[in-house]
Amino acid sequence: MESSLNVNNWLRRYGFLSGVLVIAFVIIVWRYAVDPQVTTAVLASTLRQSTPLVLGALCGLLGERSGVVNIGIEGQMLLAAFIGFLASVYTGNLALAIAAGMLTGALMGLLLAFMSVTLKMDQIIGGTVINILAIGLTGYFYTAGLTTQGKLQPIPLGPLADIPLFGRVFFNNPPITYATLILVMVVHYVLFFTRWGLRTRAVGEHPSAADTVGINVFTIRYVNVIIGGAIAGLAGAYLSLEAVGSFERLMTNGRGFVALAVMLFGKRTPLGSWGAALLFGFASALQTQLQFGGEIEIPHQFIGMLPYLLTILVLAGFVGRTRDPKALGQPYETE
Amino acid sequence: MSDASKTIVLEARGITKRFPGVLANDRVDLTLHKGEILALLGENGAGKSTLMNMLYGLYHPDEGEIWIKGEKVALKNPRDAIDRGIGMVHQHFQLVPVMTVAENVMLGSEVTRGAGYLDVREAERQVRKLSQQYGLEVDPTAVVEDLPVGTQQRVEIIKALYRHADVLILDEPTAVLTPQEAQELFRIMRDLTNQGVSIIFITHKLKEVLAVSDRIGVLRAGQYVGTADPKTATEASLAEMMVGRKVILQVEKAPAQPGEAVLQVKSLYVKDDRGQTAVAGIDLTVHAGEILGIAGVQGNGQRELVEALTGIRPIEEGQVTIAGQDSTHFTPRKNTELGVAHIPEDREKHGLVMAYSLADNMVLNNYYQKPYASGIVMHNDAIYAHGVQLVEQFDVRTPSVMTPASNLSGGNKQKVIVAREFSRPTKLLIAAQPTRGIDVGSIEFIHKQIVAQRDEGVAVLLVSAELDEVLGLADRVAVMFDGRIVKTLPITEATRERVGLLMAGSEA
Ligand SMILES: Nc1ncnc2c1ncn2[C@@H]1O[C@H](COP(=O)(O)OP(=O)(O)OP(=O)(O)O)[C@@H](O)[C@H]1O
Ligand SMILES: [Mg+2]
Repeated sequence: MESSLNVNNWLRRYGFLSGVLVIAFVIIVWRYAVDPQVTTAVLASTLRQSTPLVLGALCGLLGERSGVVNIGIEGQMLLAAFIGFLASVYTGNLALAIAAGMLTGALMGLLLAFMSVTLKMDQIIGGTVINILAIGLTGYFYTAGLTTQGKLQPIPLGPLADIPLFGRVFFNNPPITYATLILVMVVHYVLFFTRWGLRTRAVGEHPSAADTVGINVFTIRYVNVIIGGAIAGLAGAYLSLEAVGSFERLMTNGRGFVALAVMLFGKRTPLGSWGAALLFGFASALQTQLQFGGEIEIPHQFIGMLPYLLTILVLAGFVGRTRDPKALGQPYETE
Repeated sequence: MSDASKTIVLEARGITKRFPGVLANDRVDLTLHKGEILALLGENGAGKSTLMNMLYGLYHPDEGEIWIKGEKVALKNPRDAIDRGIGMVHQHFQLVPVMTVAENVMLGSEVTRGAGYLDVREAERQVRKLSQQYGLEVDPTAVVEDLPVGTQQRVEIIKALYRHADVLILDEPTAVLTPQEAQELFRIMRDLTNQGVSIIFITHKLKEVLAVSDRIGVLRAGQYVGTADPKTATEASLAEMMVGRKVILQVEKAPAQPGEAVLQVKSLYVKDDRGQTAVAGIDLTVHAGEILGIAGVQGNGQRELVEALTGIRPIEEGQVTIAGQDSTHFTPRKNTELGVAHIPEDREKHGLVMAYSLADNMVLNNYYQKPYASGIVMHNDAIYAHGVQLVEQFDVRTPSVMTPASNLSGGNKQKVIVAREFSRPTKLLIAAQPTRGIDVGSIEFIHKQIVAQRDEGVAVLLVSAELDEVLGLADRVAVMFDGRIVKTLPITEATRERVGLLMAGSEA
């Protein structure tokens, strides 16, 4: 009895997920048998496309779990991409450039926290301020023709990188992509298994309950939003320093908003967001492959819509169905 | 027990606290001795919660001193109070609904291993230990939102004990409890004091005060007006101390003169939030000029019945007729226009818009009608004047009618709703727990108003968990058990014992 009940529970919780994973696995193996090169390329591209999305989602969920809506991820990424790029141009040190990007994101996070936690401003407006600020600043200070020594290169992890398919996809990546995989695990662990995570979730659900047991609601919100900002900054650094190797106007291209869809699809959990980001990354990778593989006769504008179409579908289907933290978007008032 | 040799664990000296336009505490002195239960009484808005929040570090006194265990302290935040052994169960529970009991208990003082890793097992073990030691039955792995209020309250008490509180502040703990749950709480309080805990206990129920406390302190309009001894005090003497005049505790009313049927309910079926049948085939009739009281232990379908009748909850089956019209599928607004007044059980959720001013709250169900509006234009002058008049008439304690509802004390929020519902012409009054959290003076007032409505020919359906209230007001008593009305008695045949047995489900 007991065990059959457990099986039922397990199926209900993970059944759908495992089904999807098994199907995905079968398709991947099948495609690999047919065309190993393209399959490897598409999967590697999936992982890389998903990187800024999952980082953005981590930023979003840290804020939202503590009760602060952050729609300024796009702006945080964009400005961080720009500053990171400038740092790389003028110092030639990529590690320093990444740090500059993350610092930029963190400062933008500080600004958002100040507006929404201290000034108790409407959080949507706070996020919009950040987005407009970033577009304005980067547009104004952007000068064409700046070049760098290069971009972050893949670091193959020894023999692991030679495993066919999975090794090539997972163990032959540039640093920020690796860092992202680690961050997903770390944030998941922190959020659900540590003191900090418990307090963060409590503050997002019922701030006065947290206050009455001596937790400083303001500190929790500030720190989460700032750390989230740093992570969004890393996403920006990924774009300009790892993916492209230069800065272009509006190069985030809506990824900060797609990241919010990813976060919702992943039910505001890091692991869930990672899965969702892979799906979106796959849509992007497929789109590139279809456009340049030249196999199917569909106008490329339509194929280019794929990731955004997916965003709309997810948002239409999921918003309202996920359970929001109770205090989401509400400033905390004392006395 | 009580004598001068007892040590003082907590002392307030000359505490003053002002809010914009309100002097909430005026040079209050209060002492709490080790191992005693001090009952704190006072009208709604007298400043009880405010004083307690200062002792707990949530609010900060403008003047005065707080001494804990012989030491003068400046409590910057609850952490400071917790560290000094103060625990508080708030008037509105401070629990995170989606988290488990163990998580709620340890929140803020977590059990961890290594770098902040939560040791949930250990926390659960500690909760079990506390729950055994003090007889507070609770499952540490249960999710709080699934628990009944009585259990949630035990979680709050465990929360305080887990933090090694030896001074426990209970702010109106019995307001939301059934009589059985309240008895259980009193037993727990006794156990705690026997183990050296000192308790401040706030309530509006004078019977409870006399039964359970060692000493009684009374606040009136922010001032500490005196101490009473439960051995010599009576309900009447306490009421007089609180209100400053004699209070009539027993409602005086002439026999009812029932007219034609106003509310008719035929084999009504309603589901609860979880989709279970909560009202299982109810028939009832309320006539003009009579009060039908529904007695019953909370959670036997009373809430769903009321919500269905007022149009908040869909009706599965059956028929409701109000004043000759089939109102089975009426919206709340249509019901209101038909002449239904409703005092909801959950005043914060269904009664008021917390962020709105009192004046706006007082026209919440007829703001779109004359004289408050013509077309799409609101007449704020009329709304304001209406608010001023009701605040005066119903003695709502507030700095102004433009104050947001959220700033009022618990009982004054209730009065705002009562004022609104009694201020327009009605045919049917549905009152659910109309005096929950209200002081004796205001209870008297509201009871008189209900009887006055009846005498003007309004049909009244009164739902209350207070058996005394039902027996004191009703002309007929219907006892609800398990979604059904098991018996309807004329008031002359409704004795405490008989109704009590019926409420417990035994056919009498
Ligand atoms: N946060 C606040 N802002 C402004 N005024 C407040 C605030 N809290 C309480 N008050 C006011 O202070 C006074 C005392 O309120 P308090 O809540 O202490 O009363 P109480 O004795 O606990 O009453 P009740 O029995 O109704 O709970 C009231 O007039 C109330 O309106
Ligand atoms: Mg109070």
